[in-house]
Amino acid sequence: MKFQIPSLIMAILERDLRLALRHGADTLGAVLFFILAGALFPLALGPSPELLRRMAPGIVWVCALLAALLPLDRLFGSELEDGSLDQLLMTGLPSPLIALAKMIAHWLTTGVPLLLAAGPLAIMLGMPAGSMVVLLTGLLLGTLILSLIGGMAASVVLGARRGGVLLPLLVLPLTTPALIFGAAALDAAQTGLSWGPDLELLGAFLAAAIPLCPLAAGAGLRAAVE
Amino acid sequence: MRHKLDPVTRKREQTFFSPPRPVTPDRRISVIPAFTPPGRPLLEVENISVFRGERLVLDRVGFTLDAGDALLLTGPNGAGKSTLLRVLAGLRKPEGGHVLWSGVDTLADRSQHAGRVAYLGHQDALKLGLTLRENLTLAARSGGGDPDSCMKSLNILGLADLPARMLSAGQKRRAALARVLLAQAPLWLLDEPSLGLDTSTMGLLGTLFAAHRQAGGIVIATTHVPLPLPNPRTLALPGLNESDIPQPMEDFPEDDLL
Repeated sequence: MKFQIPSLIMAILERDLRLALRHGADTLGAVLFFILAGALFPLALGPSPELLRRMAPGIVWVCALLAALLPLDRLFGSELEDGSLDQLLMTGLPSPLIALAKMIAHWLTTGVPLLLAAGPLAIMLGMPAGSMVVLLTGLLLGTLILSLIGGMAASVVLGARRGGVLLPLLVLPLTTPALIFGAAALDAAQTGLSWGPDLELLGAFLAAAIPLCPLAAGAGLRAAVE
Repeated sequence: MRHKLDPVTRKREQTFFSPPRPVTPDRRISVIPAFTPPGRPLLEVENISVFRGERLVLDRVGFTLDAGDALLLTGPNGAGKSTLLRVLAGLRKPEGGHVLWSGVDTLADRSQHAGRVAYLGHQDALKLGLTLRENLTLAARSGGGDPDSCMKSLNILGLADLPARMLSAGQKRRAALARVLLAQAPLWLLDEPSLGLDTSTMGLLGTLFAAHRQAGGIVIATTHVPLPLPNPRTLALPGLNESDIPQPMEDFPEDDLL
């Protein structure tokens, strides 16, 4: 073997993180959308602290879900357009691992900033400090799931006309379980119920997505370059 | 795969070309080897057929190449030169036929085959926001070549720390060629390598080709202009036949489509 799989995955990650830093505005776009969309809810729903506190879990989760969708279109699209996808496949790295590396890159450049912004947004909406741990744990699992499922959908629609329109239609139904369990865990925490089972279900969903999504995405990448 | 693909090809031919197109001898492509190599040739290409949509772009293309050989693919636009290169690179599965390397089907282990191939596509595949050196890191990691010496042999070492967006088209092409060197692979598949290169770089390219063939490598290139490749074999792919273009169905007059 001329190459080492971990070192190649690291090289793809390094490259994507460098690109994300160079194009800072694109990277921050998702987070800014997240914060802005979350900030619009109090304006639309009225400033009642009680109402906002009740709605906060749902608002944070839905906004995170939508924000994570934004950069998906370019995740593989830019690679296909400039011929880099051919070169990635010619590195000899199996296509599911290429897809996995890109999904990790998506999580690092979108999921992690969302996690960082979720705390302030939740405080702004008046979420009690006690449920912050549940929110962040849930979102940690949730953003990982979003990156995996989103990356899979992005590679499936790659090369299709109107792929950008298809993408949300594919991703959003598939991520509803994550949304339901994540928001339910927060709800449970706020009402003093046990939130463990919801997070465990979220974890189980992630455990299934980790092997399945890269496999499907790898096949999508292969099909896209044909 | 073999038993599955052939019936598909036959079926498609009957479905989309009616009446079934007779195979005339001049449609068949053959390259007569310059000499009969002892033992098995390094690269064997057998009866590659590829459909693009409903059109047969490659019709049973076959040739064999040995270590140190060079093959020029010529033919009009749309003749399938780039498609053939992608098939040889393992990026595209042919609808029929095989590519064998030392007698082993290259589709059996695509990762291993990717290690033998340096592929230069139509596009330079450079990220405009990254410097030249950063652009080549991944190829250096997978191929094991030394970026500095490869950039030096294409005369772009001085540009190594410039972002790719500052480079001219010819300089980008040279960077893409440096990536070919970095792969340290025996089989070079080059899609129009001379695109945008100046005369002095063409000279460099000639030296690189000669060194690669000297070391037992194979060069396969598509081109419309003469390349600095001495004694190449050539494979002229036939262009599009009028009969191959799918005719619009007469059941749908244009008014109905509006």
